Amino acid sequence: MSEPYDLAVIGAGPAGAAAAVQAAALGLRVGVLDEQQTPGGLLYHSVTRSPLPRDGVLDDSYWEGAPLMQALLHSGAEYLPRSSVWNIDRDGGIGVTRDGQAQIVHARHVLLATGAIERPHPFPGWTLPGVMTAGAAQVLLKGAGAVPSSRVVLAGTGPLLLLAATQLLRAGATIMALLDMAPPGANLRAAGYLPRALQAPGYLSKGLALLGAIRRARAPVLRGARHLRATGTDRLEAVEFVARGRRRHIPADLLLVHVGVIPNTVFTRLLRIEHEWNARQRCWQPVSDEWGRTSLPLLSLAGDGAGIQGGWAATHGGRLAALDAARALGRINRAERDHLAVADRRALRRHRAIRPFLDTYFRPPSWLDDAAPDTVLCRCEEVTVGDVRVAVARGSRDPNQVKAVTRCGMGPCQSRQCGQPLAQLVAAETGMPEHAIPLHRLRAPLRPLSIGELAALQTRDAA
Amino acid sequence: MSPDVIIIGGGLHGSSAAFQLASRGLGVLVIERDHVARHASGASAGGVRRVRRHRAELPLAMESLAMWRRLPELVGSDCGFDACGHLLLAESDMDMAWIAQRIELTRSLGYNFEEMIDAEELRRIVPTVAGGIRGGIIARDDGYGNPLVTTAAFREKAVALGAEYLERTEVLALGQGGRGWEVSTSAGRFSARHLVNCAGGWGDRIAAMAGETIPLEVKANTMTVTARVPRFLGPVVGHVRKRLSLKQMQNGTVVIGGGYLGRADPEAGTSDVLFDNLPSNMQPVIQAFPHLASAPIVRCWTGLEAYTPDNVPILGPSEHSDGLVHSFGYSGHGFQLGPICGVIVADMVTQGGTNLPIVPFRPNRFEAAGPVAWGASEGTAVEETVPARH
Repeated sequence: MSEPYDLAVIGAGPAGAAAAVQAAALGLRVGVLDEQQTPGGLLYHSVTRSPLPRDGVLDDSYWEGAPLMQALLHSGAEYLPRSSVWNIDRDGGIGVTRDGQAQIVHARHVLLATGAIERPHPFPGWTLPGVMTAGAAQVLLKGAGAVPSSRVVLAGTGPLLLLAATQLLRAGATIMALLDMAPPGANLRAAGYLPRALQAPGYLSKGLALLGAIRRARAPVLRGARHLRATGTDRLEAVEFVARGRRRHIPADLLLVHVGVIPNTVFTRLLRIEHEWNARQRCWQPVSDEWGRTSLPLLSLAGDGAGIQGGWAATHGGRLAALDAARALGRINRAERDHLAVADRRALRRHRAIRPFLDTYFRPPSWLDDAAPDTVLCRCEEVTVGDVRVAVARGSRDPNQVKAVTRCGMGPCQSRQCGQPLAQLVAAETGMPEHAIPLHRLRAPLRPLSIGELAALQTRDAA
Repeated sequence: MSPDVIIIGGGLHGSSAAFQLASRGLGVLVIERDHVARHASGASAGGVRRVRRHRAELPLAMESLAMWRRLPELVGSDCGFDACGHLLLAESDMDMAWIAQRIELTRSLGYNFEEMIDAEELRRIVPTVAGGIRGGIIARDDGYGNPLVTTAAFREKAVALGAEYLERTEVLALGQGGRGWEVSTSAGRFSARHLVNCAGGWGDRIAAMAGETIPLEVKANTMTVTARVPRFLGPVVGHVRKRLSLKQMQNGTVVIGGGYLGRADPEAGTSDVLFDNLPSNMQPVIQAFPHLASAPIVRCWTGLEAYTPDNVPILGPSEHSDGLVHSFGYSGHGFQLGPICGVIVADMVTQGGTNLPIVPFRPNRFEAAGPVAWGASEGTAVEETVPARH
């Protein structure tokens, strides 16, 4: 077994890459464990080897990630792609499988840069083939240059939905409709945050450019769309919804849904880090300070996994977390850390100024408004909204109890999809506020691991 | 409210006692530190097993199995009980000799539920078992139940009969006053004539609050469950010598136990999987069933369980205080005994005694002079309840 890393970075998106580059520059022994084939995370997925032409489908905000990812590859940090991390323990032991070999690697400090996941949004028909998230479609586009050749409907809200729409338009896809599902009045409420938003660099001009591109392409945009439903027998045939009081029906082969992103909290929940409810973003996030420090001294966070702030802020957060990890490991002292952190702290403050505007403008619709009893909540175990309502009526009061009775969240995806919707449903059914209902407990392995791989696990003792 | 009995701990044993006491017309209050079935009752492998059970527990296990068969009429649920048989594999001459010796012991005690099988019969029952497995010992009427469903069923029936549950309520102190036991909790004070200690891994602390020293060790046993795989296994399978335990549930998932330890923190009420300990958990699984190597693991989990020095439970009245009955420390194999132990506790409370032989489980048996000898029963192989700890 090799020596432990000074710093293990989980995830090679903007936060993880920036942190690794910074930490390696300070002379730390850094390991970067990332699931993908190449660095970039979701935002800059495949940016170092995308098959797409440089000037075309994807705009500069994608290609600007390339220098950082190149820097990671030349930083001296040990970059380990195709590393599937399935456990992290409270002593810095990281269970990881790489090329079929499972092992536990050790680190004196762990930085989680595991980013965001798309906010789960169950609705009738969401499990039909032909329905996917806009983020998943983007990954296919970035990584494989795959453009849907069929009739596409996009639905939901959030910057990523608009970005995906413009990218698909430029790639030549046929967009039948873009259903804007933001709750009515969201843009007016957001206007109050505009003065502050103007302090943040680049966001508003980028947003206006996206809206302009959609308008120029004459893609039909339907505002105030509600009661989304995907219909079809074996696969998606049509998208149904209500807009301006009228039930609409659009034939489609592909429905891309997106209602914003939330922090990926699987590891912080596994480690029982304290979490707090972010009321404006309507999601749970781990509690951390501006350096990403958590209640577990050897664990820090950076990027959207610490709370949604976007990719630009993530690079600054990553560097700050790396600087503080170097301090915690005794490589630099507090004064040196603070000195090196000045520019990133200032930049981070400016990026934060956009959040109240964006979070209000793109406030997600509540999936509960459209929840029918037969809406599938847990795809793995085929648990419906109706099943959960019965369990609550019979006395279950929190998601752990519902899970025990219905098996909701006990399947292979480990409640990635159903965790938050389940908590929201339990809140609604019990009349409790959403923030009073905790998400249910998670169990490792959090990524696929076979009996044979675990039997052959390389542990420190065995080496 | 003023209950007749306060039960501390709402797991299977507490809920079974609550059901029996409520059905005898007593007012029952159950106080649970966490939520019901958080620990041993939730992390149980669900074995309804007599094979290789300690001889002292066999009279109780026989009665309990009779109750398992009647659970639909008793508590309105079959609790997932499947009498699929319980089989221990044997690989060597020594293993086969152990089986012969074990069967001789149980026969001499008047029991006939264990049977030696040869390689041919073994492969008829479990066709996918690896070559090199010589035979085994089987109890065809044993099986498994669903721990969460079972605990919930006893609880629901107890509540239907009038028992009350207070969850997330911690007992802080015990005292004796004019009306019997005074129980101070994080949710106020309660009193009752009778007190039952079903606190599992916290049973020694409750006993200490009553002024009694009962040695107890809390461990976190690890369980592993796979994704659904094609049906290959009928009975629950163990090994006469190796720490192996697996079964295939009705939905096709395989549940693997064996007593491999995680990290226990009884103070915080938490436990964690220690993956370093699990290669040795999975290797015997693959040795017995090579095709399982490719089965994906869905999750591993741990729960706190209480072990006594001699690996048999603490069950019976306190020898020091009136109106106090202990029932905890089932040492990793208390699930099968759940139904009958509720009856025994209820007998103690309502009649002051029971017809079943519980002398070996005297709560105060470790008070004799000298240090407590942990693991004292492990030398007597055929009486073992669990394979020797490594």
